[in-house]
Amino acid sequence: MGDGEAQFSRRGLLLGGAAAGAGAAGGALAHRWTAEPAPAPRAPVLNGTLTVPFHGTRQAGVETPPQAHGTFVALDLEPGTDADGVRRLMRLLSDDAARMSQGEPALADTEPELAEVPARLTTTFGFGRGLVERVDATAVPDWLGPLPEFDHDRLDPAWGGADLLLQVCADDPVTVSHAVRMMLKDARSFARVRWTQTGFRRAHGSQPGGTTMRNLMGQVDGTVNPVPGTEEFDRLVWVGGEPEWLEGGTSLVLRRIATHLDTWDELDRPAREAVIGRRVDNGAPLTGTEEHDEVDLDATDSSGLPAIPAFAHVRRARTDDPGQRIFRRGYNYDHRDSGGQDAGLLFASYQADPLRQFAPVQQRLDELDLLNQWTTAVGSAVFALPPGCEEGGYVGRPLLEG
Amino acid sequence: MDRVRTIRTAHTAWAASLLCLGLALTACGGAPEEGTAPADQEAGAAATEADSFSVTDPWIKAVTAEEGMTGVFGELVNGSGQEITLVSASYGAAGKVELHESVTEGADSTMREKEGGFTVPPEGSHVLEPGADHIMVMDLAEDLEPGADANVTVEFSDGSTAEFTAAVKDYAGADEEYGGEGPEESQDGGHEGHEDH
Repeated sequence: MGDGEAQFSRRGLLLGGAAAGAGAAGGALAHRWTAEPAPAPRAPVLNGTLTVPFHGTRQAGVETPPQAHGTFVALDLEPGTDADGVRRLMRLLSDDAARMSQGEPALADTEPELAEVPARLTTTFGFGRGLVERVDATAVPDWLGPLPEFDHDRLDPAWGGADLLLQVCADDPVTVSHAVRMMLKDARSFARVRWTQTGFRRAHGSQPGGTTMRNLMGQVDGTVNPVPGTEEFDRLVWVGGEPEWLEGGTSLVLRRIATHLDTWDELDRPAREAVIGRRVDNGAPLTGTEEHDEVDLDATDSSGLPAIPAFAHVRRARTDDPGQRIFRRGYNYDHRDSGGQDAGLLFASYQADPLRQFAPVQQRLDELDLLNQWTTAVGSAVFALPPGCEEGGYVGRPLLEG
Repeated sequence: MDRVRTIRTAHTAWAASLLCLGLALTACGGAPEEGTAPADQEAGAAATEADSFSVTDPWIKAVTAEEGMTGVFGELVNGSGQEITLVSASYGAAGKVELHESVTEGADSTMREKEGGFTVPPEGSHVLEPGADHIMVMDLAEDLEPGADANVTVEFSDGSTAEFTAAVKDYAGADEEYGGEGPEESQDGGHEGHEDH
């Protein structure tokens, strides 16, 4: 994927030089004590200098190891924005995203210094049904629109579908803020913001890369996830060729899932583990010891009852159909601006076909999943994420120039 | 669209990179020196100022025809060992185009025609940006819509010309008052931005 391609900034080199000196001294000391060769000093790379390429056959921000901060901005096109307007908009936004991904300011950036820290910035564009219809009504995939209704959902239209999505992620929140602002300045002639959803994970460098995230309920969340770069991932996530303009793209289902932490507090640890079917401490299934141990749904406990209860989340989410799987890349959210706590998960699910992959699993969870008592989907939106673009191109070109 | 130096009768990063997409397997992706060098060398005997000229990241502020005035910005680059001087510019849909400088006093910026044009030092560059030197486009006959292209022609002191394509960008600033030729000062709605600052 080319992620984490290191670039040294001038400051990085200076700091690195100082640290390398200290490292060399420490190395010499170690050498004296252990009589082993001193390790070669390595200049630490500043997080902020790391870049993820914007251009490529696939959009960045899906396979990219999740950055610490993510903002999802949904826009609705102005009535006067026609297909040519969408084309011009996507040219502008793609150009902005490409430059900023490399730590360069967008054209006509009024705060170019804020663009100097890319911190693995990615911008991923998604098209809603309205945008595709406006360009070519025959090109709309059947799954692009609201999901089937689920009984347990309490959807607020304020977090609903929209015409255009910007998913902006980076390991630095200032970088995300600036990138969003820059692109919204270029979008304001064409579209207006419908909603913005902002989320976070652990800060960059706080945990080893690849650590499964923990949600605010305290659970290890996302253990079973296709691995980018594998054949399985490619088959589950990337659209194979229908519709043609979306080949090499994917879909995003963004569900805003509110968690009711105050009532969750009433549950003791064993009950919490039974609700999920996994241990809280390391995420291992109740039938195993390590996080990635296979869940054994047939196992029984000493009293002969299923070790993983019938209502447990992992049992309900599990499917024997290998095609009914998704790729998750979520972010926590937590807002206390209004006094109380509004916390939850921005459940970002990527798959080639939401109706075939996401919906059946959600249907099972909707019918029975004890976790539903403490979680409620309050927002749901589906977007088509076009393939990436080459240098000089722009995202959406196969649709917009047919 | 990365920074792409444009060569001679230049297209910009914006247009050239779009061009490159179509030609990816030939000139742009293959051996760039073969694509452009011969023409340059043939012309070498009588190299003009335009031959040495390129522009990096050119853009023009989006305005409506009703607003009427706008500015062109970017980095003018001189690839030769001789100074070059840009003495005038033109834009198809504009009644008048001038080379301007801005004089800032406090938060107020006044612009006026720059005597002698824009001089770009040998192997150097000259930046056109809001609040400083820029190409002033006036009496616009049509809207400049964000995300579109605008072809701007520039003329040099030796009479040679070059064309480049500027990206049209939505931009809130670049609203300097025009202090050039008295009567025009207050006729244009697009230049009232700083009056109350």
